[in-house]
Amino acid sequence: MPSISTSAGEIPLHEYDVIVIGAGGAGMRAAVEAIDKGCTTALICKSLLGKAHTVMAEGGVAAALGNVWPQDNWQVHFRDTMRGGKMLNNWRMAQIHAQEAPDRVLELEAWGALFDRTPDGRILQRDFGGHRYARLAHVGDRTGLEMIRTTQQRAVALGVDVYMECKIVRLLKNADGAVNGAVGFWRESGDFVAFSAKSVVLATGGVGKTWKFTSNSWECTGDGQALALWAGADAIEMECVQFHPTGMVWPMSARGLLVTEGVRGDGGVLKNSNGERFMFDYISPYFAAETADTIDEADHWYDDKVNYRRPPELLPRDEVARAINSEVKAGRGSPHGGVFLDIASRRSADFIKRRLPSMYHQFKQLADVDITTDPMEIGPTCHYIMGGVRVDADTEQTAVPGLFAAGEVAGGMHGANRLGGNSLSDLLVFGRRAGLAAAERAKGTPVDTSLEAGQVNEVVTHALSFLERDGGGTQPYDLHHDLQETMQALVGIIRTESELLEAKEKLVELGERAKKASAPGSRRFNPGWHMALDLESMLTVANCTTIAALARKESRGGHTREDYPNPDPELEKVNYVCRYRDGEYTVTPEAKPEMPSELRQLFEEEEASGGEAVAATKEGDN
Amino acid sequence: MSVVQENPAVPIPVEIGGVRAGPPRSQILRRDTWWFWPGVQALGLLAFVGYGIWTAFRGDFYYAGTMGHVSSLPSHYLSPFYSPCFVSSCPTDAVWGPAGGIGTVSPALLVLIFPMGFRVTCYYYRKTYYRSFWASPPACAVADVGSTQPGGMRSKYSGETRFPLILQNAHRYFWYVAVIFAGILTWDAIEAFRFGSGWGMGLGTLIFVVNAVLIWMYTAGCHACRHLCGGGLRRFSNAPVRHTIWRRIVTPLNEHHQLYAWMSLIWIAWTDLYVYLVATNTIHDPRFF
Amino acid sequence: MAVGTSQTEGPSGAPSPASAGEHGTASGETLHMQLWRGDKDGGQFVEYQVPAQEGEVVLDVVHRIQASHAPDLAVRWNCKAGKCGSCSAEINGVPALMCMTRMSTLDTASPITVSPMRTFPVLRDLVTDVSFNFEVAKLIPSFTPAPPPPGGYRMQQVDVERGQEFRKCIECFLCQNVCHVIRDHEENKAHYAGPRFFVRLAELEMHPLDTLDRRAYVRERMGVGYCNITKCCTEVCPEGIHITDNAIIPLKERVVDSRYDPVAWLGRKILRRPAPMTAAEAAAHTSAATRGVSDAAR
Repeated sequence: MPSISTSAGEIPLHEYDVIVIGAGGAGMRAAVEAIDKGCTTALICKSLLGKAHTVMAEGGVAAALGNVWPQDNWQVHFRDTMRGGKMLNNWRMAQIHAQEAPDRVLELEAWGALFDRTPDGRILQRDFGGHRYARLAHVGDRTGLEMIRTTQQRAVALGVDVYMECKIVRLLKNADGAVNGAVGFWRESGDFVAFSAKSVVLATGGVGKTWKFTSNSWECTGDGQALALWAGADAIEMECVQFHPTGMVWPMSARGLLVTEGVRGDGGVLKNSNGERFMFDYISPYFAAETADTIDEADHWYDDKVNYRRPPELLPRDEVARAINSEVKAGRGSPHGGVFLDIASRRSADFIKRRLPSMYHQFKQLADVDITTDPMEIGPTCHYIMGGVRVDADTEQTAVPGLFAAGEVAGGMHGANRLGGNSLSDLLVFGRRAGLAAAERAKGTPVDTSLEAGQVNEVVTHALSFLERDGGGTQPYDLHHDLQETMQALVGIIRTESELLEAKEKLVELGERAKKASAPGSRRFNPGWHMALDLESMLTVANCTTIAALARKESRGGHTREDYPNPDPELEKVNYVCRYRDGEYTVTPEAKPEMPSELRQLFEEEEASGGEAVAATKEGDN
Repeated sequence: MSVVQENPAVPIPVEIGGVRAGPPRSQILRRDTWWFWPGVQALGLLAFVGYGIWTAFRGDFYYAGTMGHVSSLPSHYLSPFYSPCFVSSCPTDAVWGPAGGIGTVSPALLVLIFPMGFRVTCYYYRKTYYRSFWASPPACAVADVGSTQPGGMRSKYSGETRFPLILQNAHRYFWYVAVIFAGILTWDAIEAFRFGSGWGMGLGTLIFVVNAVLIWMYTAGCHACRHLCGGGLRRFSNAPVRHTIWRRIVTPLNEHHQLYAWMSLIWIAWTDLYVYLVATNTIHDPRFF
Repeated sequence: MAVGTSQTEGPSGAPSPASAGEHGTASGETLHMQLWRGDKDGGQFVEYQVPAQEGEVVLDVVHRIQASHAPDLAVRWNCKAGKCGSCSAEINGVPALMCMTRMSTLDTASPITVSPMRTFPVLRDLVTDVSFNFEVAKLIPSFTPAPPPPGGYRMQQVDVERGQEFRKCIECFLCQNVCHVIRDHEENKAHYAGPRFFVRLAELEMHPLDTLDRRAYVRERMGVGYCNITKCCTEVCPEGIHITDNAIIPLKERVVDSRYDPVAWLGRKILRRPAPMTAAEAAAHTSAATRGVSDAAR
């Protein structure tokens, strides 16, 4: 086997056409596509195969199959996505997504997925916040697991080489400025390893661990966003972070853990400590026309979606999260600082256990709460970053040749706020496209895949420096704790200029401390060392989010500024692009691609047809 | 039926014999009373076997055709250990088969082979005796007895892949016979309503009815039955009747197979004991009408 | 810090978690956690004393020990919500997920041991090498549906429900760990797939769209005959999958159909039904075989 000599000795080199970093839904789908197109393909992941954060997705995968509501089609899905994203989405990505999602879902079925069925044997779809029609193909409340298992089994069947528990530290570039490889180490042994490839696909997922209360697992440290930025790629919309409205607030150890939106889709309602369904007080004009304004109307909607408007509990996530935040601030919260999510008083125990088995279990086992008899205590939790690496909508190629990005790590698709269910379809649609484009590049014009030993050595030396530093440095765990506290307090759901400036300063200080972090001990499965390296990624993400949040002087979707409480119509046309050059983070406003008139018409038709609200969209055009 | 050892052509590529995680397997880390239930079940099975041997070799007092103290009419209680009674020594009232029976041995010895075969090959009892008697394993995460001595007599394990345990695969044939026996015990329960040439009901009648019901619940909840009646299908939707039987009858019974296995076992012994006590005039069978 | 090392002995006679019921972990109480520390060169239980906190699971306590006492303590975890199946271990000797075992269900009056899964090779501390399972996964004849009919596949809810139970599996490998066939007789790893993969094989054999017949393969290559249905896999499954009753026994009965039942054999002959697929034919649908093809195609 070829190898490269470094300060840590000879390290093995694996040569592939395509390497995929990250083995969640997007990474696996990309790897399946690349190997299917005849490329040698490696899939590299930080944990064991099949454990990626995709397993946490519960509700379903959004696709306009039209199985439950024949009126549904890609145009409606596109419109819902754009409006949910407060029109900040890359229109082309939203269009591709809406058009291709049904095929991607049916493809899963051909690979063995077992979705819940309609009486006539087709895929059953369920309601979710922000979607006009019941659109989410699902398997009880463990759709993410089904998706990851299906793509995993497909990847294994096709013979993808999997490198598990391997953390990539840096990407490598050739003389032409194209990405052509990566250096990482085995978490287990601490030994380094290099990969060379003609195309590299990033599919590393989210950044949630940068915040204190998060539904994300330890892996979600923004590695892909950071790797891309360090390699010279652009990141957009990094200020748009989704706080899921319903995370567990108690017990402390489970704080942040997700409570699926399916609870509300299946009849659950939000109540404050006075027992009031407070969401009726928080219906913004943007959604007023399509949201029920009386309890009676809302309750009828579950059975008759044509003649009744949807309950306000099913407003997009940003709206609900802000409402909960306000209720708690006004002193109407639950004992542990959340609000109540009540399905027990509205549905039978049998119904709840059948439709929401994982939720029933989660509360029973972790909080000792029986959700069939008692309400849940919930509050907002950091869940998803809409922003990410800027990619070409059709090929998912980043600004750096040879580097592709798909899934949560990529930005643009979801705009300022993501609709539930759209992330799983995002993974499939753009995972496939990234794998396809990566394969085409690998099969096309020759790429210089020779790795420069100097670059490799630099990465290895840097990574080892944390181990070699003696006990005088800072403990990575303490640094992580401080970073999370900073981001939670100063760059949380509601932001304001003074706090963001304070955060910016603190991040500089944390950055300095992180450079001196030390993780003494062996290289063999040393979690302190892993944390020190993950911290680099989290700090990069935190910096980008903070400066982009400072720059965007408006409130839109997942970005809420107390000092600029309203959307600024001009800023709908702007991306704030974050870059990393010579150790400095910059943010620049750049014009977004403009939506072609035939798609813009969809929004105008909607208005002409009466029934639905686009008033806010029009306002946005003023 | 083949008894050839299963021989994998392509072994699973795995390193064997390396250093394993955690303390040695011989060290039992469980602190609960993991030995309690295997112990109780071992005692239960031993008690039944002991009782069964006594009953089978007793060869007498298995038919209570005596007078009850309420009614003056004789009952027709035949011990389930001796049913069907087809040897020539059987009482005229109870005898089955051609020309007053065949042979003279204790009928129980001939009869018991079949229900015992059914229970010995039963998936539930297998679990119990593999755990309680064979200690393989004695309890979850407690090492197989003998497995921690390399090269010892019990260091190798072949499960149910070789003779004689490969014969466990014949369970469904014992089930076919068990269905016939459940039918016979049902007949005996009906007979238990007969007093003289008329009808009536005594405490014994109830015991016989419960016995038949429990036997059916155990037999119909059998895993082989569950497979044959619908579990073996790939698509239930093509066979709605079989699916209904599988889902509504057999699967619910199968979920409590352990419970019915023990209840029917204990009750069958109790039924026999009752017949014995009535037949020996130790107690009187109360008659309701 | 570590208050010392001690080699823990066998059953201590302490009341069992089950019989003792709910124990409070009131604040102020001290937890005595004995964690297995070690690698290829050996190891021992090391006791750490940490204050109890309300509402914690075992993994929380392990994390606190990691953050305050032992930064190099190796523990594998991921979602901390019982959905990914990474943090499998043996808690007081009972195989379980650390993230789903509440401290309040354990007897905190005596020390609590946390040891790695003992069936697998050691990496370090609580982390084991579970690659055996990923090797077996490559040997499963993959899902092979017929081409879709016009208008796409149709499946009925009753037909997908059995498979859905099996697809709840989070691959924590606790069943593989507890199965005595490989736990106590390691040489069987070479020819025994283990409960997790019987669940997978049962799922495929019951999949309404699949066209393969894996029965001979299940017997000859996956070693279903080694299972003596002692049900420990079912007892430890955190997803509550009825592994033995719904997967392994149905597979065994299917093997009887194809191999051991003379009446079934006669029935096939009389009704001119196709003979069961051989193990070799099924093996052509495994990853290893597919790989051979795609390698040649390159």
